[in-house]
Amino acid sequence: MDHIFFFYFAAVIAATSLLVVALRNPVYSALSLLIMFFHVAGLYVTLHAEFLAAVQIVVYAGAILVLYLFVVMLLSIKSEERYHSQLPVAGLLGVMLCTEVILLFIQSRTGAAAPAAADPIAGPGNTEMIGEALYSTYLFPFEVASLILLVAMIGAIILAKKDINEPVQ
Amino acid sequence: MEIGLRLAVSLAQIAAVMGVVMLTVMVLTLAERKVLGWMQDRMGPMEVGPYGVLQPIADGLKLFFKEDIIPAGANKFMFTLAPILALVPAMIGFAVIPFGPSMTIELFGMQIKPFVISDINIGILYILAFASIGAYGIILGGWSSNSKYSLLGGLRSAAQVISYELNVGLAIVGVILLSGSLSLVKITEAQAGGFWNWFVIAMPFPQIFAFVVYVISSVAETNRVPFDLPEAESELVAGFFTEYSGMRFAFFFIAEYANMILVSCVAAALFLGGWNAPYPGTILGHLGLDALAWIENVVWFAAKVYFFLFLFFWLRATLPRLRYDQLMRFGWKVMLPIALGNIVLTAIAAYFFPR
Repeated sequence: MDHIFFFYFAAVIAATSLLVVALRNPVYSALSLLIMFFHVAGLYVTLHAEFLAAVQIVVYAGAILVLYLFVVMLLSIKSEERYHSQLPVAGLLGVMLCTEVILLFIQSRTGAAAPAAADPIAGPGNTEMIGEALYSTYLFPFEVASLILLVAMIGAIILAKKDINEPVQ
Repeated sequence: MEIGLRLAVSLAQIAAVMGVVMLTVMVLTLAERKVLGWMQDRMGPMEVGPYGVLQPIADGLKLFFKEDIIPAGANKFMFTLAPILALVPAMIGFAVIPFGPSMTIELFGMQIKPFVISDINIGILYILAFASIGAYGIILGGWSSNSKYSLLGGLRSAAQVISYELNVGLAIVGVILLSGSLSLVKITEAQAGGFWNWFVIAMPFPQIFAFVVYVISSVAETNRVPFDLPEAESELVAGFFTEYSGMRFAFFFIAEYANMILVSCVAAALFLGGWNAPYPGTILGHLGLDALAWIENVVWFAAKVYFFLFLFFWLRATLPRLRYDQLMRFGWKVMLPIALGNIVLTAIAAYFFPR
């Protein structure tokens, strides 16, 4: 049963990820990205990470992708042709990545068995566990990430703000 | 067999909830016009049926038989998809709303919770997630219509929904801190035993500021007056659904009202104690009729939800529309700091006085 769901989610994620870069209309690309985010969330649910699944949709589908759409509509690009002349480079990189994945796959077949799928966590829920880990074990990376976001925010404010004392030209 | 039976019960529950929601939408369309009429010293609709009570049926029939027009130059696929993208997220959120007490009944040897379709452990996040998807219907509807009014309405809505969603999310963090759970059933249960336990005034830190931020932001999120800039008729004809007609228009319309009901349900469950009565226990329970106590609980929940829905109409009759820059400034410079301050103070209070 788990395998059926995994293969369904994986297939849709792969297909829609391809469509994001292959479709000519940027709004269609955004829509296939939306479908992909939902299936990634589904993958999290099969791994019993419900909190991550919800946050995935709230943050990526609900905020970031809406901003993408906002920009696409503001620029009113009907279809973008500039980036479709990169097929040879993309093909080369794709073949290299595919070879690496296949090599890794063969090695893992002969090597140690893959780790078993995560069991449902008993006791405290998934959300509590993430909070616990984030604020104890991973406190330093967490703080660094928030600092980077703060720097980005200040950068955006400085780029957007007008100097009051600047003389009118 | 087991799975089939469980599926049948779930489908029956979903059908019942959908039916109640659609019925409420019907009642709301009439109630809004009647309440607005009374507030403006008019009668409201009086023609169809006694006292105009059959007006929603006439409206529904009219919308159903209207010609469905797709404007020239519109993106046909997106134009068809947008109303569905607006309606489905509005309806799907009701899956985790507890309408009555959290009890289980035995039916065909299965444990069934009759008043909530699915009590998942991330209930409130689930609602936030799908509420944010509702914006896609509006944005894509505005974009695909090939009309400048629709596009402007869609763009306005995108910026507005993102800004105010943030405030909704931050306003409920205080409640989650106090209750220690994301499940709406557990949050409601934590407020049992009288109105002084409702999170809007509960010790150690009353969530009154969060409540005000939530209510204002949810009005903005549902595109209602005074935040109805995406469909401001004096500037944008009808905003993002200018080009829509017939059933597609009805979908947007139903989605707006279903969203109103959803945010009212969440407000009632998070801040006003959900199905709990304002006194300890229930009157029917004290009289020894424990088996019927759920009726009282459901009535209290409905009363709280209708209070919020009345508030929506009241605001519409009272307040003029904000200007767009005022709306943005208010959201980011007034509501956001209040919500953030509330989180800090609630966290300190919850640390020193654990419930």
